[in-house]
Amino acid sequence: MTSELFIQYLLAGITYGSIYAIVAIGFNIIYNTTGIINFAQGEFVMFGGMIAITLLQFMPLPLAIGLSVILTMIIGAGIEICFIRWLKAPSVLRLIIITIGISILSREVAVHIWGESIRSLPYFVGNEVSSISIFGARISPQVLWVVAASALMFICLGIFFKTTSVGREMRACASNRKAATLCGINTENMVTLSFVLSAGMGALAGCVMSPITYSQYDMGTGLAIKGFTVAILGGLGSSGGAVVAGLLLGVIEAFSVSVVPLAFQDAIAIAILLVILFIRPQGLFGSKEASALKEF
Amino acid sequence: MKRLLPILPLLACVIGIQIVCSGTDTLYYLTQMTMAAYYSLLILGLCVLMGYAGQISLGHAGFFAIGGYISAGLTTHSLVPFKDNGLIRFLDSTGLLLSGQTLYGEELLVISPGLACAVAILSAAVIAVFIGIPVLKLKGHYLAMATLGFGIIIYRVVLAVEYFGEADGISEVPAFPLFAGLSVNGNFGDRVANYYIAWGVLLLGLILLLNLIDSRVGRGLRGIHGSEEAADAMGVDTARFKLQTFVLSAVFAAVAGVFLTHYNGGIGPSEAGVMKSVRYVAIVAVGGMAHLWGALLMGIVLNFLSLRGVFGSYDDAVFGSILIVIMLFAPNGILSISFRHRLTRFFTKGKQEKGGGA
Repeated sequence: MTSELFIQYLLAGITYGSIYAIVAIGFNIIYNTTGIINFAQGEFVMFGGMIAITLLQFMPLPLAIGLSVILTMIIGAGIEICFIRWLKAPSVLRLIIITIGISILSREVAVHIWGESIRSLPYFVGNEVSSISIFGARISPQVLWVVAASALMFICLGIFFKTTSVGREMRACASNRKAATLCGINTENMVTLSFVLSAGMGALAGCVMSPITYSQYDMGTGLAIKGFTVAILGGLGSSGGAVVAGLLLGVIEAFSVSVVPLAFQDAIAIAILLVILFIRPQGLFGSKEASALKEF
Repeated sequence: MKRLLPILPLLACVIGIQIVCSGTDTLYYLTQMTMAAYYSLLILGLCVLMGYAGQISLGHAGFFAIGGYISAGLTTHSLVPFKDNGLIRFLDSTGLLLSGQTLYGEELLVISPGLACAVAILSAAVIAVFIGIPVLKLKGHYLAMATLGFGIIIYRVVLAVEYFGEADGISEVPAFPLFAGLSVNGNFGDRVANYYIAWGVLLLGLILLLNLIDSRVGRGLRGIHGSEEAADAMGVDTARFKLQTFVLSAVFAAVAGVFLTHYNGGIGPSEAGVMKSVRYVAIVAVGGMAHLWGALLMGIVLNFLSLRGVFGSYDDAVFGSILIVIMLFAPNGILSISFRHRLTRFFTKGKQEKGGGA
């Protein structure tokens, strides 16, 4: 393998990896505040891309993306308020089935609105053939957008959780919901907020990746599985772990293309997921003691 | 014996439907009833796994596909190029191979459906053991995702492997002769016979499971559903019980896959899709998790309606909505006592308020 090809694969891996990381962080935000794995996480990404593509007919690109993110956030809030907020101490099995149902419904809504055709946003800068040279490898400028947007989201989220009072309240809710309630934090609103945040992040990821990977009504399931793999790999609930694990999975997938047929590419991520679940369910960076306390 | 008594009215219904359909010349309904019966066999197995043992599986379409695809592959792919292989010669001499001619007059040598069926079910059981040992240690979300992952891998494999026909699936699967001239096939003439074969298999499965859940094992399983730790402390071998149930439900799925594939004369990758697995889970949930009769009733009704195309292009949406609505308002199924209580209370309260106003 020449060094140019190596870098080419590496960059492709980082591109996809940063998307996986964002989806995984979306999982983590909701998991931390509620203990729910939101199986409809991938659908947020799909909605983000699809709504932006539709809005683009009426307004310039930045506005379309911004509005699409806001609309998806509203969808996220709506889902939480309609289906989750008023359940009293639901069992895990019940929540799993409800979020799966939401994911199916979202997909069906999407297919009846947008049809089965594959769409995409235009490239933010340049077009399909424009490229930048990095260490001899040629990449599309859109890749930089994806990586930059993911990094920006990760950093902003970190600042939000560390410094703002709402962020601190959400973290309090994550570490002990009952205690947070006793301290006067409205935990129900925090849960809604976590859905809003993770919907917004998913939507933005869906917009920046759309020119490269395209948007389709059924893209959510695959993304959700990979995002979940990354979330588990990095230790459920840990954002930093999700970034490392996301990049790792992206790079593994990119290099696997040279070894196994493309048709099995998805199977690799799932195989990694199964292996991790069997031998190290607390993830690469999670501690065993901490995971033993969680109710999976 | 008492628990088997409700079988009799069911049997009467089955025969009644056939007589009515034959009498009114609407035999085409029996085709969907036959297919619905096979799907319901899978659903019964899943019901015991989910409702009684409390273990969710989002990968049961995978086991269905393993059964169907292996049986279809073995009975359609010609072994003529391997004729001189020792194993093939041995099988041929024991009469486990069928020779014939293709449509173009070429020589055809395939494995007999009986052996293929046995291999398919055995493979499903073995795979279930190997998947089940690690997977069943997981709980909740992890178990759901792991079984979902298993289902997707099976889907990818049948979609990518040439032996399984890739996107086209396998067609022209031969009939599966059982005994006394009966055979599982899609011929119009054998429609009534096949209807009874399907219901015979389903009732056999039902009786087996009814006996199982009323035995020591069944009580152990319910204990696991309530609290795994408590069941463990009471001396229930939780790991073994869970694995046995998982394998049993996988075998039920594989049997359904084998029979339905021979009945339809083919199988396609959509049978292995995630949506199929979710649909089975939805039906078990509607029937009320730990409720074999509910699962059976809902399995027949919903599959029949879906196969008749009543839901049109909203098929998946209907099952998605069913999942959400049932889980939100009646987590124990629409036949459960608490839900019926709530319904009656809801309606009587409405009446009282009306009365008060007037």
